[in-house]
Amino acid sequence: MEQMNSQDASVTEPMLKVEGISKRFGGVQALQDVDLQVDTGEHVALVGDNGAGKSTLVKILTGAEHADDGSFWFAGEERHFRSPLEARRHGIETVYQTLALADHLDVVANLFLGRERYLLRLGPFSVLNRAAMKTEARALLERTGVQIPDLGAMIMGMSGGQRQGVAIARAAGWGSKMIVLDEPTAALGVQETAKVEEIIHTLKDQGVTVLMVSHNLRQVFDLVDTIWVLRHGRMVGARKAAEVRPQEIVSMITGADDASGLEFA
Amino acid sequence: MAVVAPPSTDDRVTHRSVTATLLSRPEIGALLGVIIIAVIFLAAAPAFRSVDNIGTILYGSSTIGLMAVPVALLMIGGEFDLSAGVAVTTSGLAAALLSWNFGLNVWLGVFLALLISLAIGAFNGWLLHATGLPSFLVTLGTFFVLQGVNLAVTRLVTGGVSSNTISDMQGWNSAKAVFASSLKIGPVDLSITVLYWVLFTIVGGYLLLRTRAGNWIFAAGGDAAAARAVGVPVTRTKVLLFMGVGFGAWLTGMHMLFNYNNVQSGAGIGNEFIYIIAAVIGGCLLSGGYGSVVGASLGALIFGMTQLGISYAGWNPDWFKTFLGAMLLFACVANVYVKKKADQR
Repeated sequence: MEQMNSQDASVTEPMLKVEGISKRFGGVQALQDVDLQVDTGEHVALVGDNGAGKSTLVKILTGAEHADDGSFWFAGEERHFRSPLEARRHGIETVYQTLALADHLDVVANLFLGRERYLLRLGPFSVLNRAAMKTEARALLERTGVQIPDLGAMIMGMSGGQRQGVAIARAAGWGSKMIVLDEPTAALGVQETAKVEEIIHTLKDQGVTVLMVSHNLRQVFDLVDTIWVLRHGRMVGARKAAEVRPQEIVSMITGADDASGLEFA
Repeated sequence: MAVVAPPSTDDRVTHRSVTATLLSRPEIGALLGVIIIAVIFLAAAPAFRSVDNIGTILYGSSTIGLMAVPVALLMIGGEFDLSAGVAVTTSGLAAALLSWNFGLNVWLGVFLALLISLAIGAFNGWLLHATGLPSFLVTLGTFFVLQGVNLAVTRLVTGGVSSNTISDMQGWNSAKAVFASSLKIGPVDLSITVLYWVLFTIVGGYLLLRTRAGNWIFAAGGDAAAARAVGVPVTRTKVLLFMGVGFGAWLTGMHMLFNYNNVQSGAGIGNEFIYIIAAVIGGCLLSGGYGSVVGASLGALIFGMTQLGISYAGWNPDWFKTFLGAMLLFACVANVYVKKKADQR
């Protein structure tokens, strides 16, 4: 594992480095001595069967759960996030499966929810600078390749693809260092999935670091540089997407062919 | 909204017409209601046509509207306040009893009543947060608690069921001028509460649509978990909304006290539903996340017009509540229908 990234690592420090993370829930060992590395600007996928520990690992990295053992470094500093908000303050943005958007607010208000721009600061009566927010929102959407015809429209009437686009654009903005995408297209139709994948491609061109959890291997091979495989709470290995056949990833996920899965670990 | 829209890649997306945008506003049902009710009573009640009575109709509306505005904001924020009606009485009683009992300047009583009203609101919000119970239950509890406190404390202090008169005390005249005076504009006698009501509507509407607080209210009411995930302080927002209702209860309570010289300890029961009806007629959803302050004020206006219209028309006022209930159902159905039509355009 170390060797694979040695070239990149010598150039840039990894954005995220995870070492020996373990987590138990009652009698279940959800994660056992897990390592993971995400380089700056890299797109990484975390794959594995249901119950392999993907969500638990992501929750620990984003502050929603706490590891029993092990540690991780983000942007060069060792971190123990106590809450998702703390992770967010340090530059990890998570796009949740249940999209955290306010249905009755428009696109601009959603993009700026929790970090509004003001004309005048008066505590809760602070007056919003709607023109500035709209201009910034338009630039942000353009940069991330999200197409929304009417920025003043409520989220309510939008398609799943547009909603996901707004959620990803919000995560990509505001100086975030890494975006965590949890099953970004699980609830979407074919065309909408294609649109969201385009957006993720655009993020790659922009140099945004992405860690995504996905069940869709076709998508994973299309979108990421490196695939990390979890099975039964252990990290089975990592492969460069360009250098591995899908069958090998499948056998690593299922454990059907242990030899090919373990040779790398 | 945008005059120059980027070319759409999806041909199903077209621009909505101005009428569709207008019809999709939450207050449209209430606006139609105001027009219909006005037309009915203009036709049926000669006294309704007299300019002098405008002041009376607006006065009745304002005593509801002062509470309907903060109640609407609270409902958009996703919560109910069933204690709002008796909280008005609590505030009036507090000012009267504290002033009388301690022989203070009435302004001190007024100030203490404000603190008590805000504290009741904050307590409702805190209890909601601490227990995790729905606000319907929490405020149903405070509703009964306050109702009992109003009766018991009044009897304890005065030996009766209403507060003693404090009109001979220091500060009475200036307080009456602030809370219960009226202005003559042409032929119309306008109560100062009408001015407060208009002010509340403007400030509330501005707060909701143009400030950070407004965005937070919509977000907290629509999906509290989602709002929290992006950093909206949901609990604080809701506590402040309950305190807003407390502020409205204080202003209304002070008006009641200085207008009628004393406060009946059993008053206010049932008014909480009138406030909620006004907010719902005005387009607020019971589930939160949607609604309008202007709509709630139009709802209060419908209430005021109906209340006086029925007696001006010489109808039996016993039917007033029945009429109000039918209005509520009609307005809700109209809101849903108009919204569906607007979405189809």
